[in-house]
Amino acid sequence: MVGEGILKGMAETARNFFGSFVSKDRLTTVQYPEERELQIEAARDFPFLVYDGADWQQGMRCVACQICEKECPPKCIFIEKSKDKKPDANGKPQFYPAVFNIDISVCMSCQICVEVCPFDAIKMNVDYNLSTDDRFAGLLLNKQRLSKSNDYYRKIHPTEATAVDARLAEERARQKAKAKSAAEAKAAAEARLTTTAVQPASGEPR
Amino acid sequence: MSTATHPTAHFDLQPTDGPGKEQLLELSMGPQHPSTHGVFRMKVVLDGERVVRLKPVFGYLHRNHEKIAESETYLGSMPYTDRLDYMCSITNNWAYALAVEKLAGIQVPERAEYLRVITGELTRLQNHACLIGFLMQDMGSSGTPLMYAFREREKILDLFESLTGARMMCNYMRFGGCRVDLPAGWLDQAKKVVADFPRFLDEYEQLLVSNEILMDRTQDVGVLSRELAVSAGISGPMARASGVDYDIRKVDRYSIYDRFTFRVPLGSHGDVYDRFMVRLLEMRESVSILEQAMRDIPSGPIVDPKMKIRGFRPKPGEAYGRIEAPKGELGFYLVSDGSPNPYRYRVRPPSLINLTVLEDLCVGRNVADIVAILGSIDIVLGEVDR
Repeated sequence: MVGEGILKGMAETARNFFGSFVSKDRLTTVQYPEERELQIEAARDFPFLVYDGADWQQGMRCVACQICEKECPPKCIFIEKSKDKKPDANGKPQFYPAVFNIDISVCMSCQICVEVCPFDAIKMNVDYNLSTDDRFAGLLLNKQRLSKSNDYYRKIHPTEATAVDARLAEERARQKAKAKSAAEAKAAAEARLTTTAVQPASGEPR
Repeated sequence: MSTATHPTAHFDLQPTDGPGKEQLLELSMGPQHPSTHGVFRMKVVLDGERVVRLKPVFGYLHRNHEKIAESETYLGSMPYTDRLDYMCSITNNWAYALAVEKLAGIQVPERAEYLRVITGELTRLQNHACLIGFLMQDMGSSGTPLMYAFREREKILDLFESLTGARMMCNYMRFGGCRVDLPAGWLDQAKKVVADFPRFLDEYEQLLVSNEILMDRTQDVGVLSRELAVSAGISGPMARASGVDYDIRKVDRYSIYDRFTFRVPLGSHGDVYDRFMVRLLEMRESVSILEQAMRDIPSGPIVDPKMKIRGFRPKPGEAYGRIEAPKGELGFYLVSDGSPNPYRYRVRPPSLINLTVLEDLCVGRNVADIVAILGSIDIVLGEVDR
């Protein structure tokens, strides 16, 4: 029959039109600026630097090892290593990045910097409101603009952050235990030294 | 209709003004034509409405992918492969990972193979759904079928986003496995999407398969003979529509495709309608593979524990890894000289090679048919130009 296809098409359109009043999952769009869909936890756009504690300069996890700079496929990271060392969150003296820039107009959100970082210092952000009228300085994020607290990281990626926190705590505990056993060994060695120093004086007969 | 058994050599078009050629008109379609699926240009010589010659011009989207990959580490090229065929980034990742695994002799854990099959077949579903939508759009059905296809694609992209973090640039595979494991509840959500998918296919079939306008526009249009398809190296649904029984999932049985029962739909005419139908039927087979894979998926590691993410240097040698991507045979040819970056990196893009027969399909047809034929070839310019 001529026009059968058109009738079928119109029937389908009508079914979807009226169906969208009945079932909510037929409505697949939202009114964007007013309504926003929840970000999916795994979402990623651009990297940021994690710091522990309250002060972003003191608690910076990054130790300027420059692995991410080397591994970044489009080479959008620029790091300048510091000349001096500053104590990190564990109190151990470490290098820190004197300059840490990411050009997010070059970054392609591939997450390789996150995967190669051995210190869990760089993570992916989910903030997509990044449009700016300054195309060079506005998109070149410096160290301060990149720094986000660990609390922020816990908020945007809860599952991942819990795992990272557990791993870091374990690492810290291991280091502490190592330091403790090293101190104990040192103390024992000193004690042995003193005892050996004492022994000849005791005049043990041979 | 062409009866040649090899693709026509593309000469520079002759001037259209001269004795005896007053009737010919040279027309430039593209590169900003909405039906060319990107920045693709065709120099068409027309006699009235009829196509006399056609010369495809591409390279507007050339990004130097292969040369960049030769100066990157092996892992560094993985996110770039997402940008080849940006509709199906996961199958691009898969082909590249397969080539590197062949090169370095890496074993993939079983769960990772299942994850690859599941994400790969979901990619095929959304690619074919979109292709059919775009084909209808090209033929003048303004938007409705495309929006139906996009509605289904959206559900699959949501799955990809919650798994990999990105909708299109997934960057999901790693050498020896996958990057992340399934988040909680993902599999149930995916099962629901896959179970709902046949409803969309029924809707499409009911609307389109016997639609008289569609049949008029597509049947006996752009016929690709079986001989030409074989000798021009056409692969994927386009070759199968011409009756060539060649599906790399069946031929190579790479990954774990030998564990699933599925059929390979074949066409017999090789026209635009057959290419459309083959894709529609292939989606049903993909749904069945997905159901089997999601039923059988075991637990276990998702990446080879011996594989380190940094300092990867395969031994000198060469390897060619290929998979059945939604558009055809996607292969990566790698030569290693023992350094951290490949000595040679070559992509065999299905879109580009399927595009080489465009002139043979179009000559003698009307201008409006060019659009339908190009739509049925299924090209993505990111892959054609690289």
